[in-house]
Amino acid sequence: MIRKVWRWMVIIFVLLFLYLPILVLAVYSFTDATNIGAIRGFSVHNYVTLFTTPELRSMIAGTVALALGSALIATVLGTMGAIGSFYSRKGMASAITTMNQVPVVNADVVTGFSICILLVVVLGISKDTYIPLVAGHVTLCAPFVFLAVIPKLKQMDPSIYEAALDLGATPFTALIRIVIPQIFPGILSGFAMAVTLSLDDYFVATYTKPATFDTISTYVVNATKGAQTTIKTALWALSTVIFLLVVLFSAVMNIRANKEERKTV
Amino acid sequence: MHRHTFSRKYLGIPYAVFLLLFVVAPLVVLIYYAFTNGQGEFTFQNLTGFFSDPNTLGTLCYSFGIAMVTTAVCLLLAYPLAFILATSKLKGKSVIVLIFIMPMWINFSLRITALKEILTWLEGNLAYHPFLNTVLGMSYDFLPFMILPIYTTISKLDGALLEAARDLGAGELQAFLRVTLPLSLPGIMSGVSMVFLPAMTNYVVLDMLYNSTYIMGSLIGSYFAAYNWNGGSMIALILLGIICLFTLLTGGAEEENTRGGALL
Amino acid sequence: MEQTTNIIELKHITKTYEDGYSAVSDFNLEVKQGEFITFLGPSGCGKTTTLRMIAGFDLPTEGEILLNGRPITSLPPNKRPINTVFQRYALFPHMNIYENIAFGLRQKKTPEKVIAKKVKKVLELVDLEGFENRSIDTLSGGQQQRVAIARAVVNEPQILLLDEPLGALDLKMRKEMQLELKEMHRELGITFIYVTHDQEEALTMSDKIVVMSEGKMQQIGTPEDIYNEPINAFVADFIGDSNIFNGIMTGKLKARFCGGEFACVDDVEEGTHITAVVRPEDVTLTSPERGNIRGIVTSVIFKGIHYEITVESGKNEIVAQSVHSARVGDRVGVEVEPDNIHIMIAEDHTNIFAAEINKNYELEYNGTVLPVALTDVIKGSSILEDGTLVDSRGLEIDPKKIRVKISIKPQDIELTDDQEEGLVQGCISNMIYKGDHYSYVIHTDLEQDFVVNDEYLWNMEDQVGLVMPVEKMIFTVKK
Repeated sequence: MIRKVWRWMVIIFVLLFLYLPILVLAVYSFTDATNIGAIRGFSVHNYVTLFTTPELRSMIAGTVALALGSALIATVLGTMGAIGSFYSRKGMASAITTMNQVPVVNADVVTGFSICILLVVVLGISKDTYIPLVAGHVTLCAPFVFLAVIPKLKQMDPSIYEAALDLGATPFTALIRIVIPQIFPGILSGFAMAVTLSLDDYFVATYTKPATFDTISTYVVNATKGAQTTIKTALWALSTVIFLLVVLFSAVMNIRANKEERKTV
Repeated sequence: MHRHTFSRKYLGIPYAVFLLLFVVAPLVVLIYYAFTNGQGEFTFQNLTGFFSDPNTLGTLCYSFGIAMVTTAVCLLLAYPLAFILATSKLKGKSVIVLIFIMPMWINFSLRITALKEILTWLEGNLAYHPFLNTVLGMSYDFLPFMILPIYTTISKLDGALLEAARDLGAGELQAFLRVTLPLSLPGIMSGVSMVFLPAMTNYVVLDMLYNSTYIMGSLIGSYFAAYNWNGGSMIALILLGIICLFTLLTGGAEEENTRGGALL
Repeated sequence: MEQTTNIIELKHITKTYEDGYSAVSDFNLEVKQGEFITFLGPSGCGKTTTLRMIAGFDLPTEGEILLNGRPITSLPPNKRPINTVFQRYALFPHMNIYENIAFGLRQKKTPEKVIAKKVKKVLELVDLEGFENRSIDTLSGGQQQRVAIARAVVNEPQILLLDEPLGALDLKMRKEMQLELKEMHRELGITFIYVTHDQEEALTMSDKIVVMSEGKMQQIGTPEDIYNEPINAFVADFIGDSNIFNGIMTGKLKARFCGGEFACVDDVEEGTHITAVVRPEDVTLTSPERGNIRGIVTSVIFKGIHYEITVESGKNEIVAQSVHSARVGDRVGVEVEPDNIHIMIAEDHTNIFAAEINKNYELEYNGTVLPVALTDVIKGSSILEDGTLVDSRGLEIDPKKIRVKISIKPQDIELTDDQEEGLVQGCISNMIYKGDHYSYVIHTDLEQDFVVNDEYLWNMEDQVGLVMPVEKMIFTVKK
């Protein structure tokens, strides 16, 4: 009995630690308050500001566009790399795997800084072209797509590719119609991972983005240094919106996963 | 030979080229800049400068301090939680685990903002407790990365091992110390590497919580702001060295337990 | 002139891997239109590699493959009018049955109407009418097997390759599918090339069997040929149960083996070293006086339609099948009809004899412990601390259930006057001068015949010891 109480206390303590700040902020985002502590009347003006201020809107749109775009490129590259290396000779495969591991273990600061040095300082590519930014984010994300796809290739029955060739499919058709559908769950989770990484990134963006462009991370970090309270409280609203989206997304995924499970049982 | 397998192998080439261009080439350039000065002349100045300047050495020590305390806090919170979750027989366990992972999907700068508001309300002025605030912020940010690998490792433990230990006369504590703990070490290792390294470099957490002391990451930021590519490269290289050393020491995180594995 | 043409020809096919391992070497084969041909052999004999080269998944390092007289050696698999039924079916898990079967037709841009018609027809052929929209994972193993066959057959290939297609099915299902496949072959008239390691399956289904071992073709022939006239000891041993003895021709249509002299029908020159094969069902047990040799019954096992009786004569073991039972310990005579003795000229005169495993897990022959560890003889085995012998998977090995055979070449045995020095003793019963050495046959005290090459001259009836160095012995383990 005492043990049970202890267990629940640990769970609740960690839960509070992780969620209390976000939840408190969510509550205050619906008030006029500019600081936590003094409760004032209910208001949605933070949300109005969030969705009407052009600066905030373009920042959010830019972040999402960057995340989707670089995740897409990363997914295509990472998937191709995984398939290519999986069917390559050992030397080639281990070379790709080793290089792939570098951005995974490396600190984002180092990744961002080194790409900035190469592309901007050495090659003189302007940050305003967005090339360094996209290249940086793709470098950050593609290795994770690679890591998500490889296990699916390992699980796949190798003879189904041969079966497709045997039935007259060209290698390309066999790849598109047989291999890709088989590893698609891996590609999809790789893509989701890439989007998340890009959305969360601060360091790579900081070192490679054009001066006029901001992602949520770079914007928030700069905004907290300033003293503009309307922007500050509007960000509370943004935090709440993202939190709700994450909860919604998790719930949907979980329900779908449960349904799948029930189907197979 | 093997004409029909050619097309699949070819697919690896664009990615290999991509990795060479954006992973290997930047590292080569980094090494070049780290060992040259502004005029492009070869020098060890950047390296010796780092290790002879008390300020930079102090930064290195402070980074280690922050990282170690943060890792310890995360481990102390995450291990009991992961153990409880992994060994409990609750029905909707996957949902509860999901709840602990969900914060990772919320932008970290927004989460730190939330924490900052709470801390400001509690402490009045954040400047009074810079070290405490930083450790809290980083633990808050990185905790899920510690929970997940430990949870996964303990979940995969064969329950029969524990029963065997008990059967052979080990008490509950003995069984935990002699069986569960050693076997969950790989999970702890990957958790530690996923918390320790970011804690040395993620200087934004410090900035946002008004901690003006530098950690290793901040040095890169400041060199970057001053357009001192050579100095920044050396710091990046030193960090890379620490990361390599650390990865070797922890035996390299298992693939499923990398940052990405934790995300999904 | 042949009546029907060769649909596929394999000429000097060799497949060597980068590490130097030869999976198939100098393999030659001609298959006629409409034949049901089976590649039979133990795992690792190269049968699947050969099939994969015909399908186009592997390319031979040397040699040529001709389809209807035209070379297809390096044609990719999708360009070959050949389809395969894979070992574990290789059905596409993300497609339903209709889409699986339609896959090949779609590659040929067949109109949808025709596809629908053909799929329906082929599903009838494999007894799966109405299964079009079922998904793969709702099917049993046998049903998946049928879909795999339908998916290949619907393309009307010139040759259907089947790679151990029934290996994953249980015994009852396998028997059923064997008959159905045979029926399907008759109905479709397509050439079938079938791969199996199951000799019974091969004998039941095939028009022709290719027996393979270590990448080489051992024998090709009808099931009857292969069973009744095995060309060498390997084939005899692999197909059906056999008694195999080393021996020598002692006169016109007379052979000496198993410690006795037998009349035979194969006309082989006197003095030739031979391997004699006798099927258990051809061994007749009679009274001691009437038999060619005599022995003691050591075991009797009832097998349903017959008894399997083992007779020990000296150190030789003869297995007989009989409808009449016998009692263990009975003294019996062994008789074999001349035309039931299959005489093969021994290629390398190798002496083969059985060793015993004693209580301490040591190999013993003629009361002498051989200086070789049993764990070295049985690959992957080890002896645990408690003294039990286990195989590579950690399962206990019962020494009573395995037999260790030792083979040694005639030139590796040395003859000595000092009889005690030899592993076994005997007297010289035959000798031939071979130009630079003599080839002797020594009839041992254990009633076995050994062939020994020696450059020194000995006399007939000399008592000698046979020195056999253990490093020259090759051990084979049979369960």
